[in-house]
Amino acid sequence: MSETLIKARNLSVGFRIGSGFFGKSILKAVDHVSVDIEKGSFFGLVGESGSGKTTLGRALLKAVPITGGTAHYMDGEVDYDLTTLAGAELKDYRKRAQLIFQDPYAALSPRMTVRDIIAEPLEVMGLTKTREETDARVREIAAKCRLNLEHLRRFPHAFSGGQRQRISIARALVSGPQFIVADESVAALDVSIQADVLNLLKQIQRDLKITFLFISHDLSVVAHTCDHVAVMYLGRLVESAPTRQLFAAPRHPYTKALFSAIPSLDPDDRGRAQKLQGEIPSPTNQPSGCKFHTRCPYAIDRCKKDEPELVNPGDGHEVACHRWAELLAEETA
Amino acid sequence: MTALIEVKNLTIKFRTDEGLVTAVDDVSFSLNKGEVMGLVGESGSGKSVTAKALMHLNARNAVYSPESRITLHTEAGPVEVLKLKSARDLKVVRGGAISMIFQEPMASFAPAITIGNQMIEQLMLHSDMSKKRAREISVEMLDRVGISDPARRVDQYAFELSGGMRQRAMIAMALSTRPKLLIADEPTTALDVTIQAQVIDLMKDLVSEFHMGIVFITHDLGVIAQTADKVSVMYLGRLIEEGPVREVIRNPKHPYTQGLLAALPKLDDLEAPLTPVAGDIPSPLERPSGCVFHTRCPKMLGDVCKTRLPEHVPVDPTHRVACHLHHAEVPA
Repeated sequence: MSETLIKARNLSVGFRIGSGFFGKSILKAVDHVSVDIEKGSFFGLVGESGSGKTTLGRALLKAVPITGGTAHYMDGEVDYDLTTLAGAELKDYRKRAQLIFQDPYAALSPRMTVRDIIAEPLEVMGLTKTREETDARVREIAAKCRLNLEHLRRFPHAFSGGQRQRISIARALVSGPQFIVADESVAALDVSIQADVLNLLKQIQRDLKITFLFISHDLSVVAHTCDHVAVMYLGRLVESAPTRQLFAAPRHPYTKALFSAIPSLDPDDRGRAQKLQGEIPSPTNQPSGCKFHTRCPYAIDRCKKDEPELVNPGDGHEVACHRWAELLAEETA
Repeated sequence: MTALIEVKNLTIKFRTDEGLVTAVDDVSFSLNKGEVMGLVGESGSGKSVTAKALMHLNARNAVYSPESRITLHTEAGPVEVLKLKSARDLKVVRGGAISMIFQEPMASFAPAITIGNQMIEQLMLHSDMSKKRAREISVEMLDRVGISDPARRVDQYAFELSGGMRQRAMIAMALSTRPKLLIADEPTTALDVTIQAQVIDLMKDLVSEFHMGIVFITHDLGVIAQTADKVSVMYLGRLIEEGPVREVIRNPKHPYTQGLLAALPKLDDLEAPLTPVAGDIPSPLERPSGCVFHTRCPKMLGDVCKTRLPEHVPVDPTHRVACHLHHAEVPA
């Protein structure tokens, strides 16, 4: 059995919005999500805008307050309860868990050299005692991200998108984290560069045994990099399975629709896709029952009333749909 | 088949503090009525600058070379786009015969004017119809692009619509003047994949209905495969390969096109390793000599690539490539 690094149970994140006549309303960005992230894995989280994937990632980094449920971080050395973590322990968690942002153009200060950008976390967290020690650590990490000494002296504006993303990665790695949340880290990059950054992240995962939560809207990228994929829709986890299993036989109608919406590279394979009608509903006005029922081609009355739980039928391929088994039987029949 | 727009030897440089920067370098292509051309390239390849030139929309610091020609064929005869000067003359290419859809629909609508009033304004600008008739057409177009309850939506502001809805409204607005040529600059890039599929379907329907030509700019080869008839691939301002969509995607000839296709993660083979195109796109200030791709090319032949600009050679009558590798194959 492999170890679990992150264990979340019924994790919820709500934001208070507005101050209406009848008091404040709550926007549920993440709604009762239970998830286990194995140590050393590359865990993918997919969903459309507004599905809550970024908020879930931030909640696990304790960058937004958790409003319900539990979440634990266990790396063998420490066992932190993320809902109550504070003070010195929270500071220590910041070293162990890091974030790589989406936009490498906005994430780096234009007025700092690359060396200073990478060294900043070390200095802020007091991880190194002397300047020599800092420099040695920066050089070591920079080399892992294929940045040379010449690069360290320059400012971010002198770099292309791919190089900037490598700088962001180096900055995230410098404190020696065990857990990294990569939020749409290749979405802003060109295709020819994207593969390069993905390969670098995979290499870091293997060499440094770091656990990644890889948040993306791009299913083909996730399919190629992740070991396990979870699909979110309106704050709920609707399906979660090992990558190969998920892509071979998706169980949730939403996952199926997502797959079929990917434009095929075959010019003769036009328009056969099963198209989803409508758009993701506003999170302030969520549908009752199964949140996907307003767009689901297979919705029945029950779906409008009861919210399906995420269940594991025993093969590790979890799904939250009342009709998945029935639909699977129809498909194979 | 009659040509709708012909671009010849288009070269565009921008005057900047660092000197003249070449954005588009000797690009030629033509598009027929009812044809969809995909213009593919990465950031900095010059695809958007090329598209904007078709409407003479580039910023004031743009310098067009004297050889550059863009000819638009209208019912009233050919129009030399780059010779147009006054705002009145330019109306024919800006919203008249040519319309454009932009990437970010939120940034393209005025935030404080209703969708309807923006549509009515441009309809009245390009025709002599009454305001009442313009409003009717606007509602009709919103309905046509699949916006529910168009009579109510027409009086809403852009912020009241969702992302997919805004892009539909953008398309409705662009098509309401019945343009002959539609330029779509990354129209689906900011959308979620399920919404992207809807917008692509809508655009396909509209092409067959309105029979217009489309220049579809994107970096996504999947979107191109789904929409285009022919493809032009750009790199650092040069057109490096062009041909029918099936040919270019199944049988790419230029090492850059091959690299782009290999770098795409494919869903039918999860085991296949991702192969990036080595190196980074050079800064436009440091344009490589010879073939612009030689600094990253895995098949570089040597000095010839570093010093000589490759000519466009046909690999078959419709498929052309600018690469020294293919020069030997053509009889002199």
